[in-house]
Amino acid sequence: MPQPPATRPDGARASAPGAGPASPPPADPVIETRGLTKAYRGGQLAVDGLDLVVPRGSVFGFLGPNGCGKTTTIRMLMGLIDATAGSARVLGSPMPAAGRRVLPKVGALIEGPALYGFLSGRDNLRRFDAADPAADPRTRERRVDQALQRVGLAAAAGKKARAYSLGMKQRLGLAAALLQPRELLVLDEPTNGLDPQGMREIRALVRELAADGTTVFLSSHLLDEIEQVCTHAAVMARGRLITQGTVADLSATVLDTRASGRLTVTTPDPADAARVLKEHGVTELQLTDDRVTGDLPGAADGQVPPDLADLNAALVHAGVRVRAFGTERASLEDVFVQLTGEGFDVAG
Amino acid sequence: MSQAELSQAGAAPRSPRPLWSLGLLRSEITMTFRRWRTLALLAVLAGVPVLVGVAVRIETGRGRSGGGGGGEGGPAFISQVTNNGVFLVFTSLAVTLPFFLPMAIGVIAGDSIAGEAHGGTLRYLLVAPAGRTRLLLVKYATTLTFCLVGTLTVALSALATGALLFPLGEVTLLSGTSIPLAEGLLRALAIAGAVALSLVGVAAIGLFLSTLTTSGIAAMATTVGLLITVQILDTLPQLETIQPYLFPHYWLSFADLLRDPVYWDQLAKNFGLQAVYAAVFGTAAWARFTTRDITA
Repeated sequence: MPQPPATRPDGARASAPGAGPASPPPADPVIETRGLTKAYRGGQLAVDGLDLVVPRGSVFGFLGPNGCGKTTTIRMLMGLIDATAGSARVLGSPMPAAGRRVLPKVGALIEGPALYGFLSGRDNLRRFDAADPAADPRTRERRVDQALQRVGLAAAAGKKARAYSLGMKQRLGLAAALLQPRELLVLDEPTNGLDPQGMREIRALVRELAADGTTVFLSSHLLDEIEQVCTHAAVMARGRLITQGTVADLSATVLDTRASGRLTVTTPDPADAARVLKEHGVTELQLTDDRVTGDLPGAADGQVPPDLADLNAALVHAGVRVRAFGTERASLEDVFVQLTGEGFDVAG
Repeated sequence: MSQAELSQAGAAPRSPRPLWSLGLLRSEITMTFRRWRTLALLAVLAGVPVLVGVAVRIETGRGRSGGGGGGEGGPAFISQVTNNGVFLVFTSLAVTLPFFLPMAIGVIAGDSIAGEAHGGTLRYLLVAPAGRTRLLLVKYATTLTFCLVGTLTVALSALATGALLFPLGEVTLLSGTSIPLAEGLLRALAIAGAVALSLVGVAAIGLFLSTLTTSGIAAMATTVGLLITVQILDTLPQLETIQPYLFPHYWLSFADLLRDPVYWDQLAKNFGLQAVYAAVFGTAAWARFTTRDITA
């Protein structure tokens, strides 16, 4: 039974710090943190002054290399660990104080699935559902069946969970998050261990849930995953939030600084090509074998970007044989590398 | 008490939300008693009375009277077993109470929180949200249920073995008076209850240790190790002054239920001591568990 999206009389205490910024955050964010900080024993900061705003109805990608503090942040949001400093509000209520009220409306997959190996898939779901005091035992069987079907595990529901493959465990973990209609789904690396087909199914599921109005908070170190399903994204590195906004804006950030993307010319005459391109104001030229890449002059430099067709004509006029010519669109990966100045595999 | 709550939870389909939260207790108890490990523990506990009974039977078959008994407190009954099978219940409880029963409790209690943490299921229970206090209470209630079930397993196995191998009849109490078999069985039940209550303290210690670590095995081993250490300390005469505060000190007081009239002094001390241990370690477990960072 879908709970109405709890329109709470929002007499919630107006949090004093940082009140009245120039651009107020979108009304009623699903997740909002202020200076959220976690220091582990020894003083090492796992999360450092995080100000995160997740708008309602978004599919929010939480991006960062492994070990950058994503999971620690999620654990703080879910009330599993206490923040050292700062505050977090989930669905408008402070966490972890309001956990009992908030968490039944939140489905979570945190750092991979964890199951009782000696119980069947179905019994695992029964168990997690029984742990929720807001779950109606009368509808339990039906909801468990629906969740199993939704993740495509109905046929394997009677098998002991220890016999499941990693992908099946991941699906069962997702099913546990879908036992009730949720306002917010927190999915930490949901496609880990899945084959490409499984990944596609999960993405389809996320889109479907988002279409139903569920806000999805999706953490991943896979950039294309975020790019494919998310409307918003935040980038985290070494415990700090680097940037956040809509995916389009984030890509545009890079497009702005690089005018209209990076020009790539494939030619058997790279030296000549580079010379001609330089004459036409292309900067940051790089030559690799038969490829020449460079940044087009852009609005950022106060110049009018040249027409690509003219540029190509200039190359041909100068006797440069061109095999391929075009600009590469900036991907989230570019954004990421540019923002963090590092790869996205492991933080040092 | 947990039994009563259980049947309520099962039989109240139109119940409001407060009763729904008993679903976790039911889930926990069902899960515990469906595990092979629990069943193996119960099988061991059920096997002890059979072994004792068969041994006594063989001894008497050779024409010797049943051996006089090993320990100071309990096995005074053992010589009585050949005359009356009911005494096998008392003997078996006296044999299992010092180690077998508390070890089994240590396994269940030690694994309660630590096992969930080790498997990672703890984080999913907590975001469900089970609630930390509620989860702890459910775990403790389940451990206490196991105390009762374990004790009853020993008692019933002993009664069945005793009835098979030896005659049943009037029970001669330690104070010399005889009571009818029916009343004797009632006393046996009371003794099983007293033994189960004697385990409340170890259960609380095990639960506390279980909140300290994410390794179920470590918590189990520590609980059992602590039990053995304390049992040894309880026998050293040099430590007489602290012994009344050790949780197993009054365990064998259950024999006083076989006196006429019942001698309550030691029994009351035992229950009081168990209550103190439960309160102290229960509070410690709560304080630790409600503030702990769940990183597993």
